[in-house]
Amino acid sequence: MTVFTSATPRSLDDPGFREHYLRLVGDGDEYGAIEAVNALLDEGVPAQRIMTDLIAGTQQRVGELWAANEWSIAREHAATAISERALASVAARTHVRPRRGRITIACVDGEWHALPVRILAEMLRLDGWRVDFLGASVPGPHLVTHLHQTGPDAVALSCMISTRLPRAHAAITACRAAGVPVIAGGRGFGPGGRYAEKLTADAWADGAEAAVARLATDWPPPIDDPSTAAFLGDDEYTWVVRGRGELIAATLEHLAATYPHVRDYDQRQTDATAEDTGHIIDFLAAALYVGDDRLFTDFIDWTNAVLTARDVPTQALAAGLRAIRDQLHDWPSSLRMLDAGLARLDPK
Amino acid sequence: MTERLTLATALLRAALDATSEAVVLCAVDHEILMVNNAAQALAPDLTPGTSAAASPIAALARAVSEGDQTFAAEHDGRQIRGDRRDLGDEHYGWYLQDVTPLEQERARTAFLAEAGRRLASSLNHRRALRTTAELAVSHLADAAVVVLPAVRRRSAWVRLVAGATIDEGSLRDRALGEVPGLIEALGGFPPIPSRWLDAGQAPEWLLPAGFGPIGALLVTPLPGNAEPAGALILARRGDRASFTDEDEMLARIFAARAGAAVAAALLYRDQVDTAAVLQADLLPPELYQPDGVELIGSYQAARDAMRIGGDFYDVFKPTPRSADTVIALGDVCGKGPEAAVLTGKVRQTLRALRLVEVPPPDMLGVLNQALLESGRQHRFVTLVVGSVIRADHGRVLLTLASGGHPPPLVLRNDGTVEEVPTSGTLIGVVPQTVVHPATVELEPGELCLLYSDGLTEARGGPSGNEQYGEQRLREALSSCRDMPGDATVERVRQLVSDWVRGGMRDDIAMLAVRAPTRTRLSLRGGGAPNASPFAIDARRNDKRSRQRA
Repeated sequence: MTVFTSATPRSLDDPGFREHYLRLVGDGDEYGAIEAVNALLDEGVPAQRIMTDLIAGTQQRVGELWAANEWSIAREHAATAISERALASVAARTHVRPRRGRITIACVDGEWHALPVRILAEMLRLDGWRVDFLGASVPGPHLVTHLHQTGPDAVALSCMISTRLPRAHAAITACRAAGVPVIAGGRGFGPGGRYAEKLTADAWADGAEAAVARLATDWPPPIDDPSTAAFLGDDEYTWVVRGRGELIAATLEHLAATYPHVRDYDQRQTDATAEDTGHIIDFLAAALYVGDDRLFTDFIDWTNAVLTARDVPTQALAAGLRAIRDQLHDWPSSLRMLDAGLARLDPK
Repeated sequence: MTERLTLATALLRAALDATSEAVVLCAVDHEILMVNNAAQALAPDLTPGTSAAASPIAALARAVSEGDQTFAAEHDGRQIRGDRRDLGDEHYGWYLQDVTPLEQERARTAFLAEAGRRLASSLNHRRALRTTAELAVSHLADAAVVVLPAVRRRSAWVRLVAGATIDEGSLRDRALGEVPGLIEALGGFPPIPSRWLDAGQAPEWLLPAGFGPIGALLVTPLPGNAEPAGALILARRGDRASFTDEDEMLARIFAARAGAAVAAALLYRDQVDTAAVLQADLLPPELYQPDGVELIGSYQAARDAMRIGGDFYDVFKPTPRSADTVIALGDVCGKGPEAAVLTGKVRQTLRALRLVEVPPPDMLGVLNQALLESGRQHRFVTLVVGSVIRADHGRVLLTLASGGHPPPLVLRNDGTVEEVPTSGTLIGVVPQTVVHPATVELEPGELCLLYSDGLTEARGGPSGNEQYGEQRLREALSSCRDMPGDATVERVRQLVSDWVRGGMRDDIAMLAVRAPTRTRLSLRGGGAPNASPFAIDARRNDKRSRQRA
């Protein structure tokens, strides 16, 4: 157990405290982490600040540590579990009478990063909202059923990974068709939330505090006819998504022909290669869907950084992109995006 | 000649007055020569002898001076459209049309179309009421109040004044009589025309103080399912305000649509409430947490909206004579509510058997008999039941018995994954069941996962149609070593969800039993020493699962 001694940093303004707390969650020290946040509460630090500053801030560091290959995936997951318990502990000590409307909070179907929205849920509760937290990966039909049953004033929809954007679009459209305006959040909506408007979200918020402010001061937005919004995606998008299976198979074959050692992969390695290929294709499809090359090149930059941290040569990713490119010669937008992606990998 | 001319002028006058078309006759210098009766009625301020270019109808004056052939104007509350036609070289005429009814009809149609769209979009009762008030204020009145029939002597209301935000509340049913016409509207009587309602009689509480005196009041029933779904009160401000017959008719058509939406939403709410009561027993339970054992459940229904299905798990507390906690996880053949009802019966049967302290392997036999005798055809169950108890040094001891269910998996501290060697026949098919139970011992940090075949049979992957399979599940579990139990279950869920890419077609249930780590974990380089006194490496290779005949 962690015992606070005079040597333990106790203030949120002390940078040592954050390091201390990061160690606690990284060690899976549930009791230590809970003690730490409770000590802050006892000292009168506002719960909101603990949530956004400490818990969310630490979680961001955890993500960075994973990306830099300093932490294993198991450690990342364990740390997230501890953060959730610390958050629950903070939440359990704060009581606020609902005085605003009702809000539904969900992660888009296939989206599993629940901690950021859990923090948002608690922040909104503290701000006087009645909150229905539906959790990670909520299928669209479940979300809409919930809206009909509870009739909330807003839906807060989170998407951390851009490949879920088509599903986010379907969910946003369905919510708005049911008469409930949507505030979008999460990195998946692109830098500055650039894809949120395209997907007809009524608002986008850069983080929990911004969402709380927007909902408190400028809500509801004016209602328009949701059916007037244009469809997104084109035949190229449709082709890439529908042909995903064949596209992966053809890419793997191509890789095997170019890199003979691929043929010696066991099932796990083959699975992993197929999964990576699928991942690239999914980002390509999402970029086609919103019609923005940058979605794809941002993904390539990020993937390259993650792979480099794991000593995977840039050439491996480039080979994958080229193998996919060779399957898509009839599709101009895909070619343009893949070429833009390859250009990012080119060491000038 | 002069006589003839005078006659011709009189004749022209008479001929123009006889037509219903409004005509303004002008000379080329724009002097108005003649205004026929119809035009006079439409625009009384057009005077012969004055110039059309200085006409009080500004749009006409502009059209004249700019040489336009048409104009459209709003004049004295009417929509006027004019077309210029030349009459020889010396004269021309403006032919005017009152398009007010047409414009009104267009606005009405647009309003009703918007009302239809917005009212049809939600099945939520409260939202239907709010939408009704919003639509009414957007088009029909300065303020709208929707009042619901009294329930337990109180009536709920929703109110909106133009430019303000929606108010909600409720009032005593006694007060309803204070609003003229409201009792009648809520009682299902025909609406009373607005001119018979004395707006001055409306009670002060009806509208916020800032609204000012009500000029005109209209109370319309919202027709529902054979009884009114509520009443719509419309109010207009000002001394000269009134509701015309057309206004009343439009309000009534709107009320019919709003009433249908409110009534449908009410019906839906009743059904949801009923379903929720029935569902409550079928949803996964809050798990009892015995001391020294971590239990984590997870249930994901196939993509239907009811969130219930044929998979289930449950945990039964120790009894006074048996310190074991009993766990069960199973799968009823079939999907949806019908399967869910059977899972409810199975869970209840297991609960009762637990209370009379039947050992898990024998539970399967009794359950088999009960299902066979219940007479339901073609319904069988596969399940694993087991007892869990904590042992010394933080270990946990499980005895598991399977009735035709995929064997549970055990994640050891070194990352290896073992299958629990228990087997048995399906439940509910043959009269005699055979069960081979097995025991498992978990060291602190080790975990045993019970799961339904929806997990391993989930189809997806690169080809989109490949099963997830037990091998992938084993690898997934193996990647979860050192994780807390809930993170492990969440990660497996996530990996399978990624595999199927959102197209989950079957229920998935998981129940994990974990022996908690007793000191904090040290996960590689965290700075804290790995101080667990219970990680006894020498035991690693012991065979800790043994089959019991």
